[in-house]
Amino acid sequence: MKTIIFKTASTYLLPLLVLFSIFILLRGHYLPGGGFVGGLIASIAFVIHSFANGIDQTKSIIKFHPGFLMPIGLAIALVSGAAPLLIGESFMTGLWFEEPLSVIGMVGSALFFDTGVYLVVIGVTLTIIFTISETI
Amino acid sequence: MIIAILSGFIVASMVPILSKLIKGKGSILLPFLPLGLFAYFISFIPKVSNGIAVDRFYSWVPSFGIDLSFRLDGLSMLFALLITGIGTLVFFYTFSYLKGHPYLDRFYGYLSMFMASMLGLVLSDNIITLFIFWELTSISSFFLIGFNNDDPNSRKSALLALSITGLGGLFLLAGVLLLGTSGGTYSIQDLLSQSEALKSSANYNWIIFLLFIAAFTKSAQFPFHFWLPGAMKAPTPVSTYLHSATMVKAGIYLLARFTPVLGGTPEWNNTLIIVGAVTMTYAAIHALFRLDMKGILAYSTISALGILVFLIGLGTEQALLAAGVFILVHALYKATLFLVTGIVDHETGTRDVSVLSGLRKVMMPVAIAAFLAALSNAGAPPFFGFIGKDLIYEATLYLGDWAYVLTGAAIVTNVCLLFAGLLAGYKPFVGALPTQFEKVHLPHPTMWAPPLILAGLGLLFGLIPSLIEKSIIQPVFTSLVNNETVIHIKLWHGFNIVLGLSLLTLTLGAMLYWKLKPSENLMSKTLRFEVISPKSLVEKFRSLFIGLAQFWTGFFQNGYLRNYVITILGFLTLLLGYRLYQGVNLYIDFASLTDLTIYEVIVVIIMAVSIIFTVFSKSRLVAVASLGVIGYAICLIFLFYSAPDLAMTQFSIDTLTVILFVLVIYNLPKYKTFSSIGVRIRDGVLSIFFGTLIAILTLEVLSEPLNRETSIFYAESAYLLAKGKNVVNVILVDFRGFDTMVEITVLVIAAIGVFSLLKLRLKSIEKE
Repeated sequence: MKTIIFKTASTYLLPLLVLFSIFILLRGHYLPGGGFVGGLIASIAFVIHSFANGIDQTKSIIKFHPGFLMPIGLAIALVSGAAPLLIGESFMTGLWFEEPLSVIGMVGSALFFDTGVYLVVIGVTLTIIFTISETI
Repeated sequence: MIIAILSGFIVASMVPILSKLIKGKGSILLPFLPLGLFAYFISFIPKVSNGIAVDRFYSWVPSFGIDLSFRLDGLSMLFALLITGIGTLVFFYTFSYLKGHPYLDRFYGYLSMFMASMLGLVLSDNIITLFIFWELTSISSFFLIGFNNDDPNSRKSALLALSITGLGGLFLLAGVLLLGTSGGTYSIQDLLSQSEALKSSANYNWIIFLLFIAAFTKSAQFPFHFWLPGAMKAPTPVSTYLHSATMVKAGIYLLARFTPVLGGTPEWNNTLIIVGAVTMTYAAIHALFRLDMKGILAYSTISALGILVFLIGLGTEQALLAAGVFILVHALYKATLFLVTGIVDHETGTRDVSVLSGLRKVMMPVAIAAFLAALSNAGAPPFFGFIGKDLIYEATLYLGDWAYVLTGAAIVTNVCLLFAGLLAGYKPFVGALPTQFEKVHLPHPTMWAPPLILAGLGLLFGLIPSLIEKSIIQPVFTSLVNNETVIHIKLWHGFNIVLGLSLLTLTLGAMLYWKLKPSENLMSKTLRFEVISPKSLVEKFRSLFIGLAQFWTGFFQNGYLRNYVITILGFLTLLLGYRLYQGVNLYIDFASLTDLTIYEVIVVIIMAVSIIFTVFSKSRLVAVASLGVIGYAICLIFLFYSAPDLAMTQFSIDTLTVILFVLVIYNLPKYKTFSSIGVRIRDGVLSIFFGTLIAILTLEVLSEPLNRETSIFYAESAYLLAKGKNVVNVILVDFRGFDTMVEITVLVIAAIGVFSLLKLRLKSIEKE
């Protein structure tokens, strides 16, 4: 599917879609969206790019194996869940900063947790798709 | 006491670390473990012989009533002394027997583990811990029988022993649980006071049945006896220790322990008498036709165990006393004979009694030990065996109706046992020394001293029974009968019928030995009956079972994904069909439904067309694409019914699924028809049925009253408790955050699975 139109479009689509996925991730707590959908959208962005330019190209953009996102995401989710233990609250109690940050909005442990989910989903999806398309 | 019991486990777990030391000079240190324990238990004798039991209690799982409670009374004391005492000698013996063996460290590890388990078994007052230690003895026995693990026979015997004793273990678990729930406690001591209630309880028959199976498998009673001769594949120290002196007596211990609690009923007594009598005569007659010294001893051990079950079954005070004494008598002479067999095997390389003779000329101390043991076994005065045999006859003689039959069985058994003892303990050492054995020499003293000590004790206890009368036998008797009767054991009872029977046994045994010469010919005659023996029946059953399992697995787990799907859907269809057949509660209130909109109609039509495309398309890509269309149509439906989150997720998932399908399918060969028309029709019919059933089920849900409690809770508390306005997301990351956590972990595992399966397969293909 290496048509010139698709190829050109994909170079612009990739950053746009990734940005969009982050947008979806951040708004998740108040409006439709969240880490899971965000992660899927980001994966689709990379998959489209790899369709147009070949997997090697996409890999060279990501720079590292997407599988590494899985432990990182899991660790973020775990730490955000365990953080309340430090101040004597039970596991996974929601903690929030008093004031909203500009652009991002309210920041709390749930956002970090969602970020973890986001990374894990990207890692899992890309690992599976890349592995299958490389081996078959 | 807990340290005493655990020390064996501690040593066993240290073995891998200290492996170098044990294989070198350090192994001589190990026998001091059982020796120390022996001394430790001896130190309790003054207390126990005064009728005071030593209790130690450690709480373990109090919520289930499982505690590490130990109780050292007369019966436990006898077993603890046997375990540690014979253990000491066996440990010393092993030092020379397996000197330089590459796995000596392992052997000592298993042996220590076994000793600790056995001690735990006889000291436990809690029946659950008793069960745990019981299983540990089976497991350590498995390792010891299979010690020569490069020999397939040895592995097979180990597995056979484990499956039989393990089977018994399961029965024991069921038995103790039933006993515990019926009696309301897991403590043997407390169960003792429940004795009458237990005997009249509805579960009584089940309890004793389960305990009996456990005891019979462990103590090799007919028809479970056949694992024991196989277990003789183990090195001789193991045969001595586990399969004659201690472990096989665990079943006897169990029966003896529960005699005061459950015994005394006709069911209890008659079952034990019958099984014990059959076992003792059957095995004793079997012992006549063996050539292998170990085989002879194995069958005579089974027979002796039968005698013990028989005596416990008789259940009179006389019989229980005889049982208590016979446990000790048997342990002393049988362990000696096994150790002697080990020496003969070790030095000459054969255990065939038709070949061995005249060995006294080259190994005098061994021969003395063997003679002493054979005489004690024969029940010749003034040996301890004589006292044991006297007590047995006394027990059987005064039984009333059945006295003649039972005494007769006892005489037959004793005559055969006497013959077996002479065959193993006398014949190899007398007569002319064949030339091939002239170079045979006496082994290291650590090998010949243990049997000599044991045999010496057999003579000593016979001459001076007062040595153990008050200190050991009386407490055993007290804990067996649970009353204050005082006993006397003595060598000389005067001229009476019992003495007459003893002399008759001796004469008959000597005549039998004179007449019956063991030979290949005789043995092969008995082998003909092997076909109908329990052992071969079990093996036939096993191969049948394996065949069935193979067929069953092959039938269901055939590796074809389509067959799995058919099985699952077919089963579900049957289940749902049956459920709906029983009555459908289908009531649709059309008035309460909203009107159809034009969008919905269009989407449904799109879906229907795509389904037809998917099923009938000739090209895989078209099929996949139309499958994707169905997914997107579902997205739209989600959107219509205001579930934007679901729609978004469904949309992305569908996109990715289609991409994955394309990736895989793109590389497959061009469209081919793999399935016949018949198969397709079958699949179609099944799908239609399944779809219809699911549709009916969904419609049925509509007629159920709606419970909105959960959704209202989430809608109301999402912002208050979790500061979020998107309820779906709040549930995912906050209310049910832990679920999400586990789900992403599962995702990661799946990804790793895909990665490793495909990449590793690739690597192995590359290698080729």
